[in-house]
Amino acid sequence: MAVLSKLVKWARIKSPWIIHYNSGGCNGCDIEVVAALTPRFDVERFGILLKGSPRHADVLVVTGPVTRQTKKRLVRIYNQMSDPKFVLAVGTCTMTGGVFRGGYGVVAGVDEVIPVDVFVPGCPPKPEAIIHGVVKLLEKLQKL
Amino acid sequence: MLEEEVEEKRVFKIPVGPQHPALKEFENFTFTVDGEKVIDVDFRIGYTHRGIEKLAESKTYIQNLYLCERICGICSAAHQGCYAQTVEELAGITAPPRGVYIRTLIWELERIHSHLLWLGVAAHEIGFDTLFMLIWRDREVVMSLLEMISGNRVNYAMSTVGGVRRDISDELKHKILKGLDVLEERTKYYKEVCMKEQTILARAANVGILSKEKTLKLNAVGPTARASGVDVDIRRDDPYGAYDEVPFEVIVYDTCDVLARILVRVDETIQSILMSRWILENLPSGEIRTKFARKIAENEVLGRVEAPRGELLYYIKSNGTDKPERLKVRTPTLANLLPVAEMLKGGYIADIPIVLAGIDPCFACMDRALFIDENSEKTWVWDKEQLRIYSIKWYKEHGKEVVRERWKQ
Repeated sequence: MAVLSKLVKWARIKSPWIIHYNSGGCNGCDIEVVAALTPRFDVERFGILLKGSPRHADVLVVTGPVTRQTKKRLVRIYNQMSDPKFVLAVGTCTMTGGVFRGGYGVVAGVDEVIPVDVFVPGCPPKPEAIIHGVVKLLEKLQKL
Repeated sequence: MLEEEVEEKRVFKIPVGPQHPALKEFENFTFTVDGEKVIDVDFRIGYTHRGIEKLAESKTYIQNLYLCERICGICSAAHQGCYAQTVEELAGITAPPRGVYIRTLIWELERIHSHLLWLGVAAHEIGFDTLFMLIWRDREVVMSLLEMISGNRVNYAMSTVGGVRRDISDELKHKILKGLDVLEERTKYYKEVCMKEQTILARAANVGILSKEKTLKLNAVGPTARASGVDVDIRRDDPYGAYDEVPFEVIVYDTCDVLARILVRVDETIQSILMSRWILENLPSGEIRTKFARKIAENEVLGRVEAPRGELLYYIKSNGTDKPERLKVRTPTLANLLPVAEMLKGGYIADIPIVLAGIDPCFACMDRALFIDENSEKTWVWDKEQLRIYSIKWYKEHGKEVVRERWKQ
């Protein structure tokens, strides 16, 4: 069993598949997340692959301040992911609501809705910062 | 109501998924289909409603600069610049020429980055991922230029009321000119690719037709209108910034299809590169901003700019305090939503992703589609990624006959 669990852990660290969810942000973080996937930054070298379905993904990448309209759907996506699951919140909005804090349409903060493992600050964070956040998350996986 | 119907009939349903890598904001489209043909389109918008207009009333004019910038992350400079110049008009001040030129330069560089981003997305939608990756690699050149000028890659925070916040040194000017050379060469290559590559022609020519009459009737704006033969461009028709001095051509194509929308954007990118070069070479000297009194007397102004996606409107009303009484924004994607419904009608399901992407939806993008088959009343829900995969598969099977039919026309 020990060998098997080691193998599973190895596989998990070498191929963290992500699912990207915009909870009502301005698109700025989203294009930076995509930029991180394209040739110049290329997170695929860490085995990171963007997936279309929450059931295939290990890591949920959330951007945006979570609008009231998307809140329910965010929870639903989180519940559909299989365990163990991780959440990477990208951008200042995901922490405090950022510039949208105080607006009647926002919940202001992903951690108000679902548990978050790593926050990446910045408005929007540079792809380098997003990669740094992913590496921090991988370290967390190592300890699992 | 439709969601309730789905709950009732429940043939098969795939839950709200995350979306596709580039355009992934919330938007719900409902297509009525008869076999493979789309008969009707309905949409529900408002998932990303954050209450910005109300929020703006509780912030000062300077704070609102940064709020308006974050209405859209892709055309952030257009939003901020438009807000800044509308407030300038409201307060009755004018920005110094150097400030106006730098602001215009940022607008044009942003247009380059936005159009290249869109081209990559369009290539991805038709399953041409090699082109997507190549274009996004070259787009990093303009991102670096913007980062060098402003210190940030996406939200530049360059415009302020009364001018711009950062100057451009001679050394930086030299670097930007070098970057523009690379961009010009690559964009010309992509134009050739878009005009000759069979993969693109087969999927884009004669797809998503929007006639000139419909364009005018439904009020399409920006590249979407220009691809349907409507000669409108706020930069020329109602010059703002430095556009009355910068020489440029308005690109108009009249084939009314997705290919025309691609070519309009490629040509505009080349124009923007030429304009940026002209601006840098003719940059006037002097101050970059003027002072601005925090309080503005009662007044109201409607300002508009040509954002990468089309006409962007700002209406601001002041009431003598340091906060606006009312701020109203009309974004180009909202104007282009009705035309896109028209484009989709009569097309194939497999064409939906590229036609939708054709208007470059910025603040609204569909996250899932609900299908209703008229004959069997079968209902099912797809997310965007599944739709894209379906469209690529469908073209592999039926592509040849459909394309042959299209060429005949």
